[in-house]
Amino acid sequence: MEFAFFIEGGNFSKAGSASSEVKKILKQLNVDSKIIKRTVVSLYEAEVNVVAHAFEGDMIVEIFPDKIAVRIEDKGPGIPDIEKAMEKGFSTATPKVREMGFGAGMGLPNIKKNSDEMNISSKVNVGTKLEIVNYLK
Amino acid sequence: MKVQDIVDKLGLKVCSGSAGLNREIEGGYTSDLLSDVMGNADENQVWITLQTHKNIMAIASLKELAAIILVKGYEPEADAAEQSNVEGIPILSSEEEAFELTGKLFDLLKK
Repeated sequence: MEFAFFIEGGNFSKAGSASSEVKKILKQLNVDSKIIKRTVVSLYEAEVNVVAHAFEGDMIVEIFPDKIAVRIEDKGPGIPDIEKAMEKGFSTATPKVREMGFGAGMGLPNIKKNSDEMNISSKVNVGTKLEIVNYLK
Repeated sequence: MKVQDIVDKLGLKVCSGSAGLNREIEGGYTSDLLSDVMGNADENQVWITLQTHKNIMAIASLKELAAIILVKGYEPEADAAEQSNVEGIPILSSEEEAFELTGKLFDLLKK
């Protein structure tokens, strides 16, 4: 099964709506609630990253008998130094975004903690691709 | 303990989402950083914060929190209140600061 969701850059009022749709689907499929919780944390953080940093993005969710695989690909500024971006507390978010309580440099570490596999690749001035896998065991 | 019980005992104002006043509470979390709440709060907890924008409802819904309490008399923004009504997750408001309110809620829940 495959589902795709569009993520609009800059539109915080819709941030979380794609993750919310995925959560509904996983619940309908009777996926274990602990796995749903972890996946939802990862997806929400990834979605907010696109909203906060990119122009637009797509979340593609594939559900297999043994795993959930999600790709979040965006068109945006990209990440020059992924290792740095992965550090807890590091953020390039704007002051406005920080005032809302985002941009604390916890997003990518949260994703890492809440996914079984995480791969991130990025091209500066092109965009970022994030892949998350959670196993259904 | 239910959300209605803490509304009564802590003198909270119900701003929105009154359909969820019968939700059961199993703890609380106090933070103004959304990723911190996303990563560390648990379902059926009450979230104490000063953030008033719509994204607090996205977090509350995804994490299945019992309710949100805004401190220092803050009120939710209109779209946050609307979403709270849709989700049936109450947004409450207290005149107190986060420190005092958290202490009182902690006391109530430990009994």
